[in-house]
Amino acid sequence: MLNYIIRRILYAIPILIGVNLITALLFFYVNTPDDMARMMLGEKRLTPAAMENWKSEHGYNLPLFINTKEGGAGILTQTIFVQKSLPLLWLDFGKSDRNNLDIGEEIKKRMWPSLAIAIPTFLIAVTVNIFLSMIIAYFRGTYIDSWGILICVVMMSVSTLFYIIGSQYFFGKTLRLFPISGFDTGLSALKFLILPVIIGVLSSIGGSVRFYRTVFLEEINKDYIRTARAKGLSEGKVLFKHGLRNALIPILTNIVAVLPLLFMGSLLIENFFAIPGLGSFTIDAINSQDFAIVRSMVYLGALLYVLGLILTDISYTLVDPRIRLE
Amino acid sequence: MNNNLLIKRILFFTSLCLLLLSSTIGGCVPNNPYRSSESNKNIFYKTFSEAPKHLDPARSYYSDEFDILAQIYEPLIQYHYLKRPYELVPLTAKSVPTLTYFDKDKKTLPDDVSPEKVDRAVYEISIKEGIMYQNHPAFAKDADGRALFTNITEKDLKGISEITDFPKFGTRELIAEDYIYQIMRLADPQLHCPILPMLENYILGLDEYAESLKNKLAQIRATRKADAGLTYNQSLDEKKNPIIIDYKKFPLPGVVKIDKYKFKIILKKKYPQFIYWLAMPFFSPMPEEANLFYKQGPLQAKNITLNRFPVGTGPYRFEKFNPNMEIRLKKNENFHGEKYPSEGEPSDKKNGLLDDAFKTLPLIDEIVFKLEKEAIPRWNKFLQGYFDTSGIASDSFDQAVTISASGGARITKIMEEKGISLSTSIMPSTYYMGFNMQDSEVGGYSEKKQKLRQAISIALDYEEFIEIFTNGRAISAMGPLPPGIFGHKTGKEGINPLIYDWDVERKKPVRKSIEFAKELLSEAGFPGGRKPDGTPLIITFDNAWTGASSKQTINWFIKRFALLGIQLENRTTDGNRYQEKLQKGNFQFFFLGWFADYPDPENFLFLLHGPNGKVDFKGENASNYSNPEFDRLFKKMENINNSPERLKIVEDITKILRKDSPWVWGYHPVSFALIHNWVGNIKPNTMANNTMKYLKIDRELRENSRKEWNKPNLIPVLLFFVLLIAISLPALFRIWKKLGYSKKG
Repeated sequence: MLNYIIRRILYAIPILIGVNLITALLFFYVNTPDDMARMMLGEKRLTPAAMENWKSEHGYNLPLFINTKEGGAGILTQTIFVQKSLPLLWLDFGKSDRNNLDIGEEIKKRMWPSLAIAIPTFLIAVTVNIFLSMIIAYFRGTYIDSWGILICVVMMSVSTLFYIIGSQYFFGKTLRLFPISGFDTGLSALKFLILPVIIGVLSSIGGSVRFYRTVFLEEINKDYIRTARAKGLSEGKVLFKHGLRNALIPILTNIVAVLPLLFMGSLLIENFFAIPGLGSFTIDAINSQDFAIVRSMVYLGALLYVLGLILTDISYTLVDPRIRLE
Repeated sequence: MNNNLLIKRILFFTSLCLLLLSSTIGGCVPNNPYRSSESNKNIFYKTFSEAPKHLDPARSYYSDEFDILAQIYEPLIQYHYLKRPYELVPLTAKSVPTLTYFDKDKKTLPDDVSPEKVDRAVYEISIKEGIMYQNHPAFAKDADGRALFTNITEKDLKGISEITDFPKFGTRELIAEDYIYQIMRLADPQLHCPILPMLENYILGLDEYAESLKNKLAQIRATRKADAGLTYNQSLDEKKNPIIIDYKKFPLPGVVKIDKYKFKIILKKKYPQFIYWLAMPFFSPMPEEANLFYKQGPLQAKNITLNRFPVGTGPYRFEKFNPNMEIRLKKNENFHGEKYPSEGEPSDKKNGLLDDAFKTLPLIDEIVFKLEKEAIPRWNKFLQGYFDTSGIASDSFDQAVTISASGGARITKIMEEKGISLSTSIMPSTYYMGFNMQDSEVGGYSEKKQKLRQAISIALDYEEFIEIFTNGRAISAMGPLPPGIFGHKTGKEGINPLIYDWDVERKKPVRKSIEFAKELLSEAGFPGGRKPDGTPLIITFDNAWTGASSKQTINWFIKRFALLGIQLENRTTDGNRYQEKLQKGNFQFFFLGWFADYPDPENFLFLLHGPNGKVDFKGENASNYSNPEFDRLFKKMENINNSPERLKIVEDITKILRKDSPWVWGYHPVSFALIHNWVGNIKPNTMANNTMKYLKIDRELRENSRKEWNKPNLIPVLLFFVLLIAISLPALFRIWKKLGYSKKG
């Protein structure tokens, strides 16, 4: 298995270089360094000399891929791609365009609020969704199933934005049970987490329960379940011990792949609740057109996704002894 | 276990949960976003919607940043909090500096000397003695008197993420050199000071000085590049090892130290408006120790920089800086004890604004800026009493304000019952639609072209625009100068007679009719909006309006042009392309705005000064307006102090501008602020930013109001649980039965 993991990691390197290259092309061709300088310096009293100075200070005065003014390897190394994009490969994110912040340091700081919301949301949502989907699957064809599916479809159809604004209005403003928004450090953060976590769980129920239900239905109708019942096992054991275990493979594919991405935070929830996580970091960077941060977050997202896929493969071996990674 | 027992257990467990919930929530205010330790403290709560970009006074140029910076840094002078028209008063300077003019033979010249005779204009500035900086690790010293925190390593910074985390602090007295050092910093190419090109025109030798620093920087980089070879990466290199330029090694003849508390600023030409710049954060003192302290690689890697952690002498200092959540300012223990003003406008006494006269400032212990990105939660938290003041987003406007038939704004009854008051102030800014004066169709200075632009100005009914798109939060502009700026006139005298008539009965200006505009258009050679060859007159409209409501705004413009028969072709683009078009002159009609740097007509009229043309001179004159008579008068007006003579020139200039109509004068926005009744000493001051030191809070009233307004409402929660149980019970029974537990139990 170790060989397999090493091989997968090695495969990931060209993928990440590719992501890096596409990101650089996308960001620097669509948005030229002149545009970036204009955005960062603002409109008031902006002069072409100031723009040139900004570009030179931030290393954006270099050509994108080939520097004909340099000799030897400098033709390649003294370019925006090598200076700005390649360091991402070894997780050196550089400095933000907007205010020279060390991006790596900011990511380190901001991942904790994101995780503080994402982890409980994820755990509660997975538990609730699996539980609900098992019940619905068990009562397939009954009114519980029909109503359950209907509610799921309704919940899926409602935008996350509605859950956020509606919950802020109902729980925060009308019932006055939770702070409408905000965040704090340490234990004081707890009261700010409840509402975002509730919303995160609620907004995931519709889609996930329907998906898990389908998975369970497929398992429930298999021969081994019939055998288990014929052996006289209680319905609870049949469902929770045998059914759940075998349904875990497709569920794991769904869950483990997103596990590393929890780190990236939720764009909408963090923004509306003023939570200083990585989701709001990305949104802020997009709004202020700080492409150094956006580039870093896109790359980080790709890296975590590749990591998620490797973890998914490993997790298969844990839940299904028939699978061997070679 | 039988079914009855199960039901009993479920009900018992649910009741226990509800009881716990209600007892936890019932006794407190669960939606309070602040820590309980903060209750009843002398704290002022404010919001910000975006993390400040720069808090370095050499770079910061946004009012939101000034809101924070101005509480910490102290320039030499400030605007009087209460007096109107705005008046400059000393802050750290002993008196408001005045210019002394000299000719080439160094002979003193009178104040009203003509600018061409002036060779040098000199400010001799004395600062007050005994002003101390806030406590800061940059000033901490070891037993030998050397700076304690130099050559910091990553290891030294373990557990340190803010300035307040450092184990030792120090302070020192403010000296003249700190102001000189800051002026030198303005020329540092690494800082991108936005006003440097403007200052280079005035401060003696600043342009050469900036060039020297630029060359030095290039030289250092070239050396580093040569040493590093192929692997040289400027960003990574300077991240680890920031470049420090020793400013003092280069001569700057325009700023001269006289003694410890006295220095001179020498201007190479007459520029009386320079005094206003001295009141802005750009001219705050900067101790060299702070610059050297922050320029250490490990600190920069931790994002502890001068751009984030100011060091000042002002009434407040940073206690906590998390721009993604909260910025907390605390009273500066070393503040020099400025007193609350004892004079103001006649109405100030009646309004209680002089009740705290002579009291030592600041009156509030802490200021907390909370990040609230979205308008809805911000507004709701203000209504719950968690923010002391608030602006009004358009979504909440009707809930907060009613506009009377006469056009006056009043607070709604609901707000009034909560003790909330409304404060309005006309902003020193102008939003205008401009014509490209270099364009062959809409530009030019002939009478016909003037009439074309006047006709369009009449057709664009800004009274309607203001009502529809700004909720009445603006006033129509009669010229480039907003109210409060020298030269602005009100009433009949102030109207633009080419666009408005004066309604004697209603005592207000009335826009001329569309028929009149059509006549003007006809005289301009475009009868019915057609060119002489019969083809329709098409004008392109460039803008960067990509927001949700832009379409309606653009449609309004198209409809107003259509009233004259002119086709307006919209060319919305992104901000960058828009700026590029303005720079290249590739446009006919555009939209822009200007927020005053200081309360002087020069700061508006320079936007129309020929040598400031955007296309030819890369200046701020986006219309590329160039009228020799205007330029002559502008130069004259620019160099004299406010006087009847200056007023006459501004009047003449305004007449020329109205006739040429390079802009459709647009509107001046009115700022609306809502204030809870526990906040005292609020008086809108659109020029000053350091006003928080004057505010006061009635803590008891705030605490009681918060408690009253935020009692938790548990009944719907109880009802919800009861309903949930009622709905779930049949299903639970069925599950129970099917799973077969009841048999075993």
